[in-house]
Amino acid sequence: MAGRDLRLDQVTKTFGAFTAVDGISLDVPSGSFFALLGPSGCGKTTTLRMVAGLERPSGGRILLGDEDVTDARPYRRPVNTVFQSYALFPHLDVFENVAFGLRRRRAAEVKARVGEALELVELGHLARRKPAQLSGGQQQRVALARAVVNRPDVLLLDEPLGALDLKLRRQMQLELKRIQDEVGITFVHVTHDQEEAMTMADTIAVMNAGRIEQLGSPLDLYEAPSTAYVANFLGQSNLLRASVVERRAGTVVVEVDGTRLTVPAERCPGTGRDVLLGVRPEKVHLEPADQVPAGANQLGGGIVTDAGFTGTSTQYLVRLPSGQQLTAFAQNTGRAAVVPVGSRVTVCWQPAHTFGLDGAEDAAAGIGTVDEDGPPPPRTRPEPAAVEGRPG
Amino acid sequence: MSLTAVAAGTRVAGPPEGSPDESGRRGRRSTPYLLLLPGLAWLVLFFAVPVVALGSTSLQTRVPGAEVGVYQQTFRWANYSDALREYAPQFGRSFLYAGLATVLCLVIGYPLAYAIALRAGRWRNLMLVAVVAPFFTSFILRTIAWRQVLADNGPVTSTLHGLHLLPATQSLTASPTAVVAGLTYNFLPFMVLPLYASLERLDPRLVEASGDLYATAPVTFRRVTLPLSMPGVVAGTLLTFIPAAGDYVNAALLGNPSTAMIGNVVDSRFFRIVDYPTAAALSFVLMAAILLLVSIYIRRAGTEELV
Amino acid sequence: MSFLRRHLVMIVALLVLAYLFVPIGYTIAFSFNDAGRSNLTWQGFTTKNWSNPCGAPEVCTALGNSLKIGLLATVGATVLGTMVAFALARHRFRGRAATNLLVFLPMATPEVVLGAALLALFLNLRLNPGFWTIVIAHVMFCVSFVVVTVKARLAGLDPRLEQAAMDLYADEWQTFRRVTLPLAAPGILAAALLAFALSFDDFIITNFNSGNVTTFPKFVYVSAARGIPPQANVIGTAMFVAALLVVLAGQALGARRRAAR
Repeated sequence: MAGRDLRLDQVTKTFGAFTAVDGISLDVPSGSFFALLGPSGCGKTTTLRMVAGLERPSGGRILLGDEDVTDARPYRRPVNTVFQSYALFPHLDVFENVAFGLRRRRAAEVKARVGEALELVELGHLARRKPAQLSGGQQQRVALARAVVNRPDVLLLDEPLGALDLKLRRQMQLELKRIQDEVGITFVHVTHDQEEAMTMADTIAVMNAGRIEQLGSPLDLYEAPSTAYVANFLGQSNLLRASVVERRAGTVVVEVDGTRLTVPAERCPGTGRDVLLGVRPEKVHLEPADQVPAGANQLGGGIVTDAGFTGTSTQYLVRLPSGQQLTAFAQNTGRAAVVPVGSRVTVCWQPAHTFGLDGAEDAAAGIGTVDEDGPPPPRTRPEPAAVEGRPG
Repeated sequence: MSLTAVAAGTRVAGPPEGSPDESGRRGRRSTPYLLLLPGLAWLVLFFAVPVVALGSTSLQTRVPGAEVGVYQQTFRWANYSDALREYAPQFGRSFLYAGLATVLCLVIGYPLAYAIALRAGRWRNLMLVAVVAPFFTSFILRTIAWRQVLADNGPVTSTLHGLHLLPATQSLTASPTAVVAGLTYNFLPFMVLPLYASLERLDPRLVEASGDLYATAPVTFRRVTLPLSMPGVVAGTLLTFIPAAGDYVNAALLGNPSTAMIGNVVDSRFFRIVDYPTAAALSFVLMAAILLLVSIYIRRAGTEELV
Repeated sequence: MSFLRRHLVMIVALLVLAYLFVPIGYTIAFSFNDAGRSNLTWQGFTTKNWSNPCGAPEVCTALGNSLKIGLLATVGATVLGTMVAFALARHRFRGRAATNLLVFLPMATPEVVLGAALLALFLNLRLNPGFWTIVIAHVMFCVSFVVVTVKARLAGLDPRLEQAAMDLYADEWQTFRRVTLPLAAPGILAAALLAFALSFDDFIITNFNSGNVTTFPKFVYVSAARGIPPQANVIGTAMFVAALLVVLAGQALGARRRAAR
């Protein structure tokens, strides 16, 4: 039996003067795997907590199907959370942890259902251990079982894989996807790891500073980003300043440092004169000046300044005559030789791979470490447990 | 203060990271006030009010012609100056003894705390129990035991007489030495436990880094370990000095009339010579003096953190 | 010589520990002394004090009083103090600074002042000092210690555990009963033990507020002049052993739990 659709309608959350979540609206169809992607402080966790009922929205509504649950207490919502730190009850064993929600709701057949959930995460043999006796990966799976066993309408996951090492994380990503397929529950997954989001989710919402930058499938977001932020946050992009020369039917012609390039019209919305021209590095080829394929966009006179070998590919940095740097990824197929540093090349790519963004955007938006986006919002919590040696 | 947290085997930690939980703190608005009411009411009734009443008593004088123990409110601030003038020696003595005892506790207790925190390894818990265990016998019994141990015909005094370290006619008990020794003994755990708590949190890699940067062991101690253990030193000093300054049991059992501390005077003014206003005034001066010294000390030592 | 140098700190530490146990050793030893009222000089080994701990007059009355008072004061202080600790650790309210101050001050006030102030209050109310005034006094000075201990424990509790409980359909009361309370219990227990220890061993405040009622410390103090009977040593030793066993049992339990990993 499918659960209900989740809908957020202009949901807002402010902490004093700081707006953590600014009018978010989205629709999560029942049974889908939805990801909220963004750096620390972008409001994704706050949004998740509002859906769980652990924070109260300052504005807007949250609906499950037709039911408005905006003000409902967390224990009155058919929504369960897998916490980032797992939050397993240390004084209860694995079985009782998983059974907790069932017992509170006085569900029938507790033993059978807990057994089922533990089998799902492959921890049936550890039912009587205490959380402290489990490894990080095992604790994470118990947390998952504890949430899934209640068959909620929506399962919320707050960066559940953050504490795991790389290999384990990859393994768990596949596990989570498998489990979601099997139980058919709507998953809403919060993460700052764009690779994780793209691997697992059907739909991704990229969030920045409390707003959704773009919503769509991983493919759409990656191949056709609509803002510089998304272009830089998901993978890497080359962004060049260009001015529109002509808008024909189906194609837009732009000029970059004297060279004319084309973009398909549907990939370059807007009417302004200034655009930010984008192309993904893996779409860019380096060719000698006379071997550029016909019809390709090309920028000549580039010098290779760096060629980094990563195993699966070689990552080139090319400096153009204008001083701008472009990145190009060449997959290590073994067919072509590595272009040596210092070579003169022309960078070229298919026009269909180009995308155009509003020229007013900041080309550097979204670049940099995940944590760079500003300070965390001021927390309105009471003063920390004051040591009694100091009054007040 | 922190001692109790340490003694209970817990730590005063800051709040863990994680978003504030609004819904957990919502509930009904009245919940915290209901929770606070009984405890705070008790403290107001049986601490705040009595202390204020004591202040009021300190300004009273005896009703002329009435029997002993009857007073009237006269707002006689001179009670304080009288008390200070008359009992200045006892005040001085109290702070002197308490100060000496505190310093001794620090000197004796620091190596112990250091050993437990940094050298004991798996014996750590056992040693901690050993520090706290003497507390389990009655404080009075322990102090009396010292009086016996230091008695004139006891082993300690005889040995000291024999070795001519002590004049043959002088006794160890009923002396300032014994009082300070008793204070030191009784309050040693109050010094050791906060010191231990502070040293236990010391990152051993800091000591390693110091050695890597050419510091010898004594230098490392002086420049790295000691400064980092200052919060424990402050806490221990306060926890030792404050009760020691107001103590009178040690002075009564191990001293003589000339070693009377302020506590003894207050006790006698309440029970033997009935003079409540003086007793009250002395109590307040003691409390004020302690709070003053404590605040100066804290500001000087530069550590607001008492844990 | 280098052995001494390397282990100097530990040697000093052990010497200090030995120093701490001197009066304990004396107390234990003299509980076996074959003496009458005056237990001052060694007169021979005997176990008759142990077989007849209530032999000396008033010893057991005093002990009984101390235990009764201790129990009452512990219950009172633990309940009041735990409630205050919860309010401080888990709720927002106005007057937090004043509350912290009010809780802190009794711990910083010399016992003489506390005792004298309470006595003055009782006298003003024309209440004769006795058993219940002692209990009131003990609850008063124990509450602060309970608050600090329990609050420390609560501060270390991850608030997300309570959030997780509510996420899993436990309302506020169920969350408190099934998650918060069990996890806070060790702190509350420790606070109760601390309160009992403080109450049992208290002399100064008790002395001011007890009238004719004797507690164990008061009995020992008063007998100090004419001679403490060996039975007092017996009780002191027994308390020591009992408390030591409790602490060691707690340690062993903790160690076994850790080893189960």
